[in-house]
Amino acid sequence: MADQFCTFLLDGHLFGIPVQDVQEVLRHQEIRPVPLAVPEIRGLLNLRGQIVTTIDLRTRLGLPATEESAVNVIVRTPDGPVSLLVDRIGDVLEPAESTFEPAPDTVPRHLRELVKRVCKLADGLMLVLDTELAVDVEDAA
Amino acid sequence: MWSVDGMDGMDEIVQEFLVESYENLDQLDRDLVELERDPGSRELLSSVFRTLHTIKGTSGFLAFHRLESLTHVAESLLARLRDGVLTLTPAITSVLLEAVDAVRALLADIESTGAEGERDYAAIVVRLEAALEGGEPSPSPTPEAFVEADPEPGAEPDAEPDAELPASRRTAADGSIRVDVDLLDSLMNLVGELVLARNQLVQRAAARHDTELQRSTHRLNLIAGELQEGVMKTRMQPIDTVWSKLPRVVRDLSVQLGKQVRLDLVGRDTELDKTILESVKDPLTHLVRNAVDHGIESPERRLAAGKPAEGTLTLRAFHEGGQVNIEISDDGAGIDPARLRARAVERGILTADAAARLSERESYGLIFAPGFSTAETVTNVSGRGVGMDVVKTNIEKIGGLVDVLSEPGRGTTIRVKIPLTLAIIPALIVTADEGRFAIPQVNLLELVRLDAGGSGPRIENVQGTPVYRLRGRLLPLVSLREQLGLPAAESETTYIAVLQADGRQYGLVVDTINDTEEIVVKPLGRQLRQLPLYAGATIMGDGQIALILDTIVLAARAGMVADGGTRHEAELVDASGRDGVQLLLVGLSDGRRVGLPLAVVDRLEEFERERFERVGVHEVVQYRDRLLPTVRIDAVFGAFGTVEESAGPVQVVVCEHQGVLVGFVVHQILDIVDAHLDVRSPVDTGGHLGSAVVAGRVTELVDVARAVSGLDPVLFAEPDELRAPDLVEV
Repeated sequence: MADQFCTFLLDGHLFGIPVQDVQEVLRHQEIRPVPLAVPEIRGLLNLRGQIVTTIDLRTRLGLPATEESAVNVIVRTPDGPVSLLVDRIGDVLEPAESTFEPAPDTVPRHLRELVKRVCKLADGLMLVLDTELAVDVEDAA
Repeated sequence: MWSVDGMDGMDEIVQEFLVESYENLDQLDRDLVELERDPGSRELLSSVFRTLHTIKGTSGFLAFHRLESLTHVAESLLARLRDGVLTLTPAITSVLLEAVDAVRALLADIESTGAEGERDYAAIVVRLEAALEGGEPSPSPTPEAFVEADPEPGAEPDAEPDAELPASRRTAADGSIRVDVDLLDSLMNLVGELVLARNQLVQRAAARHDTELQRSTHRLNLIAGELQEGVMKTRMQPIDTVWSKLPRVVRDLSVQLGKQVRLDLVGRDTELDKTILESVKDPLTHLVRNAVDHGIESPERRLAAGKPAEGTLTLRAFHEGGQVNIEISDDGAGIDPARLRARAVERGILTADAAARLSERESYGLIFAPGFSTAETVTNVSGRGVGMDVVKTNIEKIGGLVDVLSEPGRGTTIRVKIPLTLAIIPALIVTADEGRFAIPQVNLLELVRLDAGGSGPRIENVQGTPVYRLRGRLLPLVSLREQLGLPAAESETTYIAVLQADGRQYGLVVDTINDTEEIVVKPLGRQLRQLPLYAGATIMGDGQIALILDTIVLAARAGMVADGGTRHEAELVDASGRDGVQLLLVGLSDGRRVGLPLAVVDRLEEFERERFERVGVHEVVQYRDRLLPTVRIDAVFGAFGTVEESAGPVQVVVCEHQGVLVGFVVHQILDIVDAHLDVRSPVDTGGHLGSAVVAGRVTELVDVARAVSGLDPVLFAEPDELRAPDLVEV
């Protein structure tokens, strides 16, 4: 069975992360800003009593920031859940193994750091996001 | 020897020892078997070694001597293996496993009878010793050894106590059950959610006039509250649960070593999360044993060094800056860093070169290196170099820190800092820029409300540092908004939370003060760990998140640390703490120094030269909608220097005298000092109270009443004729 990907949109790009990395998807959560934190960190949200760091994925990927990002994709990490703020959530896709290839040069430079693979879909590219690198904003500080 | 009849009289300490040892033994079995497969693994060897070491240590101070001597030999054998003197062979593994079985049998005897029993373990000890000497132990275990140690309830009458083992084990564990911490965590989260749902329900119910519904929600309210408290309590315990066993440990150990040690426990009711408490129990015991063994000297040596024969070991626990601090201090011999370095080289831990490069502080860190020990002889108390590295590993495992401070000849303090993860603390909730922040209550001294437009005391400036006059002391202020990079407040009213951090006091300026609440400290994600300003976060009753401030880091960020350029604030604070007269030191244009009693100083101001205007013979400044009469201190002290020529704004000390503000024009504002006016001379140079040596310099003291006497006498008439300051309005 091919891997399933949870997809979402960011500045017109379609991104995908392995479905098993995703814990849940939440809309319009109240986010508590953290003064002095790096810009990639939008703030904290209360996930049923658990405090979850929210990363503004647009800023993280060097895309223009917008207030529109309102969907929290909660991903599982070894250090507990982390929320990735995206524009819109897409479908769960199950592309064939053969459609994947390393990120080509057409992928914008600032994305390539976190996108190692792409998947050729019938109507465009799905950029496979490296979740582990995406939540690693400590070094980016 | 222990003599107790049956389980009822069995000491708590023994019960715990048993429960723990059984667990350890199971681990030991697994480790040994695995070790046989991977004989080179130092990690496994160390693990086995530590487990045995723990059992040996505990049995030692519980006076189970047979158990102690058995484990001691086994441990010695393991030490050889660990140091690479011997290599593990299947025969050695067998002997070790037999030793484990023997230990188990001994424990079973202790549990069922309260004593070690009469069985003979000489055979296994001999075999261990044989292995220790490098000789192969007899390849197949002797039948007797097996019979002695056979944990199976068998045909042998000898094994009878073992048959009772399952029953008595249940007894030992009867009073408590072990619950997975994760389960408690999820229970805690669920309770938090329940409380939130309850709050919403209570609000809705209050809006409807349904008595039945309100009665139900009221009950729900109470139950949820109690449930929350109960679940929280399951996790919190005073540190005394660990400490209560220490007096015994110290007593037995000091008797054994021929030392006199007094144990002082400070902060016994400091509460810690259960998990944290569990993890610090062994390290603390190790540290205490180490302090008694290595730290405190024998009575003879103490007397020779001019100290009382009885050594003091002090344990302090307190909450500070969102952390639990535990200090173990002894007044013993201290640690000599040079000796530590020499020892490290000798033990092959460091090369001579590397050792020479270590700082004093780094040298102290050597005591935590595996296999390091400065004890000249290996006793069965300590000296194998196993304790300290375990201490460090265990404390770091829970995100804590260990720090050593020592003064040769004076003693050693080991400070353990543990994060408050999951701890519940009372905290003050404040607001800055609509965000809520929690300040641990332990850091809070008092609260002050400040009306910007009002006539009360306000924020002043001393050399660029905002300060607030709090009952005659100047309190340095830190703006929370400023420190957090938030926009400045527009509101007229602000509040000051007077905080204590690292022995200093400062005022934190916030927008509003909300409430005091018991908060559950939750750790921040890895992404935010590089922001030490936040000790964690918490979820408020309404589901909102509040960030917990680390008041010490906040003070440090604001430059309130006692070093070089920021010394000024520190002095301000220090000055407020001690007795004596507080003086504002100002300079005259001819370089002389003059001290004004700080009690009369209202504000320090800078005025542009153009602002000075003349009224009759006096100079005045329009100031806060009034006319401020000014006096040139130079003139009062007859220092007709060059003040007129110097450009730039003029420094003015605004003083209050008999309810009227007067400005003293000074050449320079120097400092605020806490002066003891013991070196004093009556030499009077006009308008002052004589002179004294302040901060190493001769300083002339201002008598404010005389200094202002040249001003309009109407201003300073008899107190009953005193005119209100608003009579000098523009």
